[in-house]
Amino acid sequence: MQLTESHRQYWAKNLRVTAILLAIWFVVTYVVAYMARDLNFTFFGWPFSFWVGAQGSLVVYVLIIVYYAHYMNKLDQEHGCAEEVED
Amino acid sequence: MAGMSPDSGGGVVSASSQAAFKKQLNKIYSWYVGGFILFVLILGIAEQMGLPRAWIGYAFLAGTVFLYAGIGFVSRTNDASEYYVAGRRVPAVYNGMATGSDWMSAASFIGMAGTLYLTGYSGLAFIMGWTGGYCLVALFLAPYLRKFGQFTIPDFLGARYDGNLARFIGIFAAILVSFVYVVAQIYGVGLITTRLTGVSFELGIFLGLGGILVCSFLGGMKAVTWTQVAQYIILIIAYLIPVVWLSVKQTGFPIPQLVYGYQLEKVTAREAELIKDPKELEVIAIFKERADALGAKLKDVPAALAADKAAAEKKVADLKAANAPAAELAAAEKALAAVPKDEAAAKDAWTKAQAANNARARPLAGMPRHGAMYAGDPKGDEKAKTAYDTSRRNFLALIFCLMVGTAALPHILMRFYTTPSVKEARESVSWSLFFIFLLYFTAPALAVLVKYEVFNVLVGTPFDKLPAWIGSWAAVDPTLLSVADVNKDGIFQLGEMRIGGDIIVLATPEIGGLPYVISGMVAAGGLAAALSTADGLLLTIANALSHDLYYKMIDPNASTERRVAISKALLLVVALAAAYVAAQKPADILFLVGAAFSFAAAAFFPALTLGIFWKRASKWGACIGMVGGLGITMYYMIMTQPWLRGVFGVTSPVELWYGIAPISAGVFGVPLGFALIILISLVTPAPKQEVQDLIDHVRYPTLR
Repeated sequence: MQLTESHRQYWAKNLRVTAILLAIWFVVTYVVAYMARDLNFTFFGWPFSFWVGAQGSLVVYVLIIVYYAHYMNKLDQEHGCAEEVED
Repeated sequence: MAGMSPDSGGGVVSASSQAAFKKQLNKIYSWYVGGFILFVLILGIAEQMGLPRAWIGYAFLAGTVFLYAGIGFVSRTNDASEYYVAGRRVPAVYNGMATGSDWMSAASFIGMAGTLYLTGYSGLAFIMGWTGGYCLVALFLAPYLRKFGQFTIPDFLGARYDGNLARFIGIFAAILVSFVYVVAQIYGVGLITTRLTGVSFELGIFLGLGGILVCSFLGGMKAVTWTQVAQYIILIIAYLIPVVWLSVKQTGFPIPQLVYGYQLEKVTAREAELIKDPKELEVIAIFKERADALGAKLKDVPAALAADKAAAEKKVADLKAANAPAAELAAAEKALAAVPKDEAAAKDAWTKAQAANNARARPLAGMPRHGAMYAGDPKGDEKAKTAYDTSRRNFLALIFCLMVGTAALPHILMRFYTTPSVKEARESVSWSLFFIFLLYFTAPALAVLVKYEVFNVLVGTPFDKLPAWIGSWAAVDPTLLSVADVNKDGIFQLGEMRIGGDIIVLATPEIGGLPYVISGMVAAGGLAAALSTADGLLLTIANALSHDLYYKMIDPNASTERRVAISKALLLVVALAAAYVAAQKPADILFLVGAAFSFAAAAFFPALTLGIFWKRASKWGACIGMVGGLGITMYYMIMTQPWLRGVFGVTSPVELWYGIAPISAGVFGVPLGFALIILISLVTPAPKQEVQDLIDHVRYPTLR
């Protein structure tokens, strides 16, 4: 049950990537929505902030989650936290 | 470890058998997709050969409900692990699909595009809120809950916060949230069955419920998971086909998501025309007149009421004296009976009618311009500035509640217990959001394309040439769709139609001129969305009662068979109770759903995330935080939401805090929950060592 130094690093890196991704999430959602009126230049027909609300933010959300899964699964391996798969 | 039973399933399923299992699933579902397409094609051919519409409706209803029941029957089980968490071997992709349809309810499938149609940019709060919440699920909850590896969310609260108090609050909140939510789903089921087959609303509810019950009753989570995958496939096909068709029809390009920006430009230009159109202005003036007339009557209610009554009585007497036809007399008697009974009733009815007429006495039938961000104007006068700020604040608050609520709905979080490993739990969130994304990406396009169709094709059509779908929908429920030639010019104006958001998606195939078989398919898709969510919710409620309340708190020695049997019995009771409430047609769907999100957000999110990320969070902090957060959310809703005010008999004037709408009450509950947990944890003793170990256990995928 004793935590090793590797465990501590693993958790610190996890917190860091979580914080960064959360910041991106926040900007895409709240900052753009807050400034919606100022960002309504035309973007392929859409007003830009309308497009972000309807499509752009969704794409970013998917990317955030995919990246997190990929990053953490790799981190598991590096720090010996990966679940072993029995054959 | 404390609270960890031997069957906690932390282990990983053998890789080779898992691969074979997945391969088999791929094969089964490929056949299934082929079969479904064949089914639709055969019905389509039959329609061309003259099969009546009602039969197509019956075929879709019976076909899909029997299919779901069949999957439930094949997956029947009494094994606890299979019943509660589908044996923990659902591959990430399939768990993603199941979560997708578990997630996408009647509100997403039927309601959302309609809301976007009616409110334009403001409706995007639902799009962002209901997808962005998955970022919180992925980053804060899913992998940790999977590592924890028990059966329910109250399980986690009970283990993490050391005891039955936290578990009990969790049970209460889970039931409250799921019950409010399931009522909305069952209402949606009733709406669709009625449209599809023409049976009464109440009967429709119980028919649909049959399908839900056979499935979750026999096979629990296992049956529900495999049914939900099947339901996802139907609902996504059904949602996409009409939109693609509309897109091809309007733009000649089959990917609506890429091109509807240009349609939005055209809609915006047409809005400017319609706002200035003299015929539309005529209609608006008539509604204004009606509202003013009612306003005049409201100034002196007793006199106006007496005058109304005298006029109606005189008409009946005159008709009787003149030996008028029976129909005319009956109509006059009905009008007399409809005169309000007393002054209070008259005041009430006239105030409502005045508000309704005022609402319609606005440009574009009361819809804001589609691309306009927020009401009011930041550079305008004081009033316009306030309107702008309030509207923006509400938009952001609603996104916040929907996002945090998403990451706290027990029936969604529970799904991440069913994957074989932590790794797959993470991947499964990606797949979930991807499958949800497909629909949410499309909904705003659907709203714009339908609006284009209504503005350009429908508006200006002579009344006797209006398409048939308008009449058939008005027959289902006149509150959802009604048209009347208000200014008597024989031409349809936008202001002359009142349309409820809930029928936009269901009517899209007919609006686009597709054969009826596609309408049937869309209705079947809506039914799949409502049923799949209802399945997951009912299971959550039944599990909270049987597993958490009965097994963990009342009789810890109960055998597995007994627990599963109790869960099944409760499922039946809860389903009937929910159907009973839904049959009363309470509040509107969107409010019920929004309320469920606010409740979930305030009750669960702070306690769950702090429980994983802050070792210091203590039992008392969590309990008081959950109660306080949920309490203030409920209080605010009861004090401000008209329907709830009626139920609880609140008569004090409505006082909004910072102008926040009742649906977003969670915006007060979540911060209060966090604050209470943190403050009280700091003044109470730290959790004991066993709990600290449990937190490490959930943080590191391999730590035993």
